[in-house]
Amino acid sequence: MTHLSSYQTRILGSRVLLLPGLLLSLVLLIGCLLWSITLGAADITPQVVYAALFDFDEAEFDHVIIQTVRLPRVIAGVIVGAALAVAGAIMQGLTRNPLADSGLLGINAGAAFAVVLVVYLLGTPSLSVYAIAALIGAGLAAAFVYGIGAFGGATPLRLTLAGVILTAFVSSLTTAILIQDQETLDRIRFWTAGSLGGRDFAIITQTAPLIAVGLVGALLISRQITTISLGEDVAKGLGQDTLRIKLIAAALVVMLAGGAVALAGPIGFVGLVIPHIARFIAGVDYRWIIPYSAVLGGILVTLADVAARVVLRPLELPVGVMMALVGAPFFIYLARWKVKR
Amino acid sequence: MAERRIRQTWIAVRLPRLPISFKIDRRVPLAALFLLAFTLVVLVMSINYGAYNMSPLDVIQTLTGTLPADHPDYRNFVLVVHTFRLPRILLAFLVGTALATSGAIMQSITRNPLAEPGILGVTAGAGLAAVAMIVWFNDAQMSLLPWAAFGGAILTAAAVYLLAWKRGATSPVRLILIGVAFAAVLGSLTTFILVFGEINDVQKAYVWLTGSVYGGNWQHVRTLGAWMLVLLPLAFLSARSLNALNLGDEVATGFGVRVERQRAFLLVISVALASVAVAVAGTIGFVGLIAPHITRRLVGPAHEGMLPITALFGGALLVLADLIGRWVIAPSELPIGIVTALIGAPYFMLLLVRYRK
Amino acid sequence: MIQAENLSLGYDSGANIIHQLTLTLTPGHITALVGPNGCGKSTLLRGLSRLLKPAHGAVYLDGQDIHAMKAKDLARQLGILPQAPTAPEGLTVHELVAQGRYPHQNWFQQWSGDDERIVAEALEQTNLTLFADRPVDTLSGGQRQRAWIAMALAQQTNVLLLDEPTTYLDLAHQIDVLDLLAELNEQGRTIVMVLHDLNQAARYADTIVALRGGQIVAQGTPDQVITSENILQVFGLDADVIVDPVTGTPLCVPIGRRGGRNKKAAASINGKVKTVIPA
Repeated sequence: MTHLSSYQTRILGSRVLLLPGLLLSLVLLIGCLLWSITLGAADITPQVVYAALFDFDEAEFDHVIIQTVRLPRVIAGVIVGAALAVAGAIMQGLTRNPLADSGLLGINAGAAFAVVLVVYLLGTPSLSVYAIAALIGAGLAAAFVYGIGAFGGATPLRLTLAGVILTAFVSSLTTAILIQDQETLDRIRFWTAGSLGGRDFAIITQTAPLIAVGLVGALLISRQITTISLGEDVAKGLGQDTLRIKLIAAALVVMLAGGAVALAGPIGFVGLVIPHIARFIAGVDYRWIIPYSAVLGGILVTLADVAARVVLRPLELPVGVMMALVGAPFFIYLARWKVKR
Repeated sequence: MAERRIRQTWIAVRLPRLPISFKIDRRVPLAALFLLAFTLVVLVMSINYGAYNMSPLDVIQTLTGTLPADHPDYRNFVLVVHTFRLPRILLAFLVGTALATSGAIMQSITRNPLAEPGILGVTAGAGLAAVAMIVWFNDAQMSLLPWAAFGGAILTAAAVYLLAWKRGATSPVRLILIGVAFAAVLGSLTTFILVFGEINDVQKAYVWLTGSVYGGNWQHVRTLGAWMLVLLPLAFLSARSLNALNLGDEVATGFGVRVERQRAFLLVISVALASVAVAVAGTIGFVGLIAPHITRRLVGPAHEGMLPITALFGGALLVLADLIGRWVIAPSELPIGIVTALIGAPYFMLLLVRYRK
Repeated sequence: MIQAENLSLGYDSGANIIHQLTLTLTPGHITALVGPNGCGKSTLLRGLSRLLKPAHGAVYLDGQDIHAMKAKDLARQLGILPQAPTAPEGLTVHELVAQGRYPHQNWFQQWSGDDERIVAEALEQTNLTLFADRPVDTLSGGQRQRAWIAMALAQQTNVLLLDEPTTYLDLAHQIDVLDLLAELNEQGRTIVMVLHDLNQAARYADTIVALRGGQIVAQGTPDQVITSENILQVFGLDADVIVDPVTGTPLCVPIGRRGGRNKKAAASINGKVKTVIPA
C-alpha cells in the first residue's frame, strides 16, 4: 500500500569517512552543549563556563548556577535525545516503517498515563517510582503496538492509525484522572508537555543507567537490525531468529523510550526525524545509523531546548512543544514526498 | 448438485408514476426498528435515572404529555424531564448521530476501516481553539465557545486538505498522514496553553477536551438539530457516490464519478458533521470509529442502508454511554468521552487483530 | 471508434511514458496491448479511458474528445476495469454488479425496474446468478474476476477496457475469463485489454498492438505481429514462432540461453544464442 522510496544516496559516499564524520558530529554536540550552558536568564561567558566546569568555585554564583541548574539540564537533554532517536531508529528498522516514532505510536502517551496514575495514587512518589511507572506504561503501550505488528501487515498507515487511536484512548484515561483531581493536575501538567527544566543530577542518575543499557544493547544488535530491515522473510532466510531479535529490540525500545519519558516527559518527533537524517548521512547499515542517531538526537534536543528558552524569553516553552513545531513539518514532508501514492 | 436457493438480499422501493426508486439491504428495516426501540428504552431509563426519583411510567407520561395535570408532582416532573434531563439526552443522541455518520463517510472515502472523524485534525483543531478560548479569554461569552471550536475544526481540515493536495489530486493515505501530523502539533500547542493557564481554567479545559454533554440545553439541541437537518440528508443522498468511491478511485472514475470533486464534497459534509458535534460536546472519541464498523457487519457495506443505521447506532451508543457515565461513579459523573473510550478501546483491539491486509 | 492522436501521457515527474502516439482501434474487435514491463501499455489503457489526463494530444470516441465529454455520458459508452480491483468486505456479488448501473442513475432514481433486469442479465451471462448473495471477498479468484466483469457489463457500454484481466488467476480461470470476453465480443462489444501472455493475445485478439518504450513497434493481426523479428525487437528475446496446434494462431516459443534438460536439444542451443535484454 505505502512504500518509502529508499535513499539511494548518502552524503558520506565512502565508508572511510563514516568514523571521522561521527567524531565531527560528537565535537558539534559538545559545542552545542557549551553554547546551551552559556544561555539562560543571565548569559554567562564561555570563559566562566569553562572555569565552572574545570575549576569550580562554590563562592561564585555563576559557577553554582552552572553546576546545579544548567549542566544537569543539558545532560538530561543529550540523554533524552540520544535515547529517543535510537528508539526511533530501532522501530523504523524493525517495522520497516518510515513513520515510526515513540510519540506517534502512543508509547510516550502510555508512559505519561502511568506517571499520572502513580502521582494520583501515591501523591509525590520518589523519583525511582516515577521511572518505574514510566517504564511499565511504555512497555504496555509498546507491547500493544508490537502486537498489531505481530498480527501481520504492519504498514506505515496502519501503525500510525493504531498509534493515534492508542494515544486517544490513553489520553482520555489520563484526562479522566486529571479532571477528578486538581492537585495531581497542577503537579503534573508541566511534565506532560515534555520539559528539561528543573532536572537535577538525582533524577539523571536514576534513569541514565537504564538508557545506557539500552544504547549499548542497540549497538550490539545493530547488525541484526540491518538484516531484519531488508524484510523479515529475508532475515529468516539468512538464518536469523527473528522472533528473538524482535523481542530483544522491543525490550530496548521500552528501556530507551520509557527512560526518556521518565526523565523529560513525553517528547515526540525526535525518534522520527533523526533516523532519517542518520540514514541520509550513513546509508542503510544500522551499525552506523544507531551511533549517528544517538549523537544527532543529542544535538537536536539540545538545540530545541535552546530555542525553547530563547524564542519567547523570559517565558520558557516546553521542549516537547518546540519539537512538535520542528518535527511536524518534517513529517508532512515525508508524507508528501517520500510515501508513495 | 442440489439446487441452491438464492435469497434476494435487497428490498426495492419504487414510487408508482414518479421517477423515484431505491433499494436497501433487507436487514435494514429490522435493524432500524431494533435500534429505535433500544434507544427509546434507554432514553426512558436515562430520564428515569437520577437524584430525583420518578417511575418509568411517570417518565413516559410526562414525555408524551399524558400526565394528568392534577398529579401532585406535575410541575417537578415537567421541570426535571424537560429542562434538565431530556435536552442533555437528546444532545447526546444528536452528537452520536453526527459523529457516527461523519466516521462512516470518512472510512469510505479513505477506504480505511480505521479512519475516524478526528483523522483530518478536526478534533485537535477544535480542541486548540476551545482551550485557547477557555484559558485566555475566560471572561468572554461562553456561548462563543462552540463557534471558536467549529472555526478551529474547519480551518484545520482545510489546511490538511490543501497540504495533501499534490498535482491536482489528493490521496487517502496523504490525507490521513498529514492529518496525524497536524493533530500532533495542535495537541502540543494545546498542552502548551494548558501548562501556563490558571489551574481552574485548565481543569475546565480538560473537561471540555474529554467531551461531555453535561449542561446541554435546548439551545444546543436546536442548533445542532438545525445543522443535522441539512447535513444528514446530503450525506444520505450521497450514498451512491460513496458506494462507487468505496470500489477505488479508478473504478469510480470509470462510472463517471468526478472523484476529486465528490471526495471534496463528501469531506466537507463529514468534517462539518464532526465539527458541529465537537463544537457543542467537546472531543468524544471512538463513536465515529466503531459505529460504522459494527453497522457494516449488521447490514452490509452498501451505504443506502448503512448510513442511516450508523446514524441511529451512534445516537443509541451515546445515549447509553451518557447513562453509564452518570451511573457508574454516582453521585459523581464520568464524562461521556471517557465512557466511549472505555467501551471503544477493547472493541478496537479486536478490530485491529481482525483487520489485516 | 476510439482514436488517439499525438497522445503523450505521463505521471507526476515530467518525463512522458507515452510520447506522441497515434492509434486507431477497430470497432467490434478485440485488441490486445502487449509489450515488456514498463513499456507503457497500462499507461496507454489509462489514457484511453479517463483515468489519466493526456499531457498532449487527445483521445476521441466517435469523434468526440473524451475529456470534453460529460463524465457520465462517457461512462455510458466506455467501461473500464482496472487491474486487481478490490471490493469492500462483505459486499455481495449482486450489490457489486448493481454498482455498474451508476452512470444510468441519478439522486432519486436509484433502482429502477430496468436496473434490476439488467443486473440479473449480467449475472446470468457471467454464470453468477447462483452466487448473487455471496460476499465478493469469499469467492475464488476466477469467480471474483467474473463478478467485476459482470459489473462492467451492467454498465452497458459498447467499449470495454481491461487492464490485465487475467492477473493472479490460475491457467484454467485465465482461459475461462478470456472465453467470457470473447463471447461478449461476439455480441458486438469492442474490447481493449492489456495482456501479459503473448500466446493468449495471439489466440483471442483480432488486433495486437505491440509497444516498447512508449512507442508502437508493431500493429496488426496476430499473424502480422507475432513474428520472431518483432519479438526480438519488442522483448529482446530470441524466439521461434510456430503454429498453435489447437487454434492455428501463432505460438511463441522462447529459445533462451540454456537448452533445458533435454541434452540433445541443449547441445544445439547452449552458448550459441545470446539474449539481449534491452536496458
